[in-house]
Amino acid sequence: MSDIYFNESIILLDVEAETREEVLTTIGDNLVNKHLVQPSFVPAIIEREKEFPTGLPTAGVSVAIPHTDVEHVIQKNISVAILKNEVDFGVMGDDSEQVPVKIIFMLAMDEAHSQLSLLQKLMQIFQDENELRNLVNQTDKKAIKRILEEKLNFQELEGGNK
Amino acid sequence: MKKKQVLVACGAGIATSTVVNGAIEDMIKEHNLNADLVQIKISEVGSYEDTADLLVTTAMTKKEFPFPVVNARSFLTGIGTEHTKQEILEELKK
Repeated sequence: MSDIYFNESIILLDVEAETREEVLTTIGDNLVNKHLVQPSFVPAIIEREKEFPTGLPTAGVSVAIPHTDVEHVIQKNISVAILKNEVDFGVMGDDSEQVPVKIIFMLAMDEAHSQLSLLQKLMQIFQDENELRNLVNQTDKKAIKRILEEKLNFQELEGGNK
Repeated sequence: MKKKQVLVACGAGIATSTVVNGAIEDMIKEHNLNADLVQIKISEVGSYEDTADLLVTTAMTKKEFPFPVVNARSFLTGIGTEHTKQEILEELKK
């Protein structure tokens, strides 16, 4: 099983977009250009977001975790985008509500039902208002990488897959 | 008491249901419950209609099912987790 790809090249800052389709296209195209996902990943993730929205209203900065089927992924990765201005996403599990999202964690997984501990650690970040505020206020990709590597503990996770 | 079948579902069956599955596994151990978890995509729920006792999901379901449905978004956001756990416990202790 390959390691999770995560570095500054898939951390995007000050992303400008009006709609969630634009946001997803910007993040997804970057992954396509780096050959981390198939070109089909982008339309797939936009479709999935329409059908099953992934916006999560948190206590602080609202997040979205767009993801789609494993067959579009070449190497599993987590891409992070901090938006210049909030963009409305549908709320997960609720077809009537929208949430203004400021930070996106795009999950490109290559195996279903895996990465439990990584995902749990990610959710712990979502539950930490101060940490989310800290993340969106960073202006340096290296700092974001450092914070997330520490919080998500990639090294410990290697080989710890279910 | 009959063993309960609990469906854990999200849109893709990849990300969120994995987290929810982990949380419910912990609950089952903690409360010594007699339940099986099945992690699926929401589109697959139909094929479990005859066997399932409960559906816990982060995806929206417009369809009506013959078993109760619990929204599990709180496991991801941390807001209202206790309430969600209580809902699941009540169903599993029936």
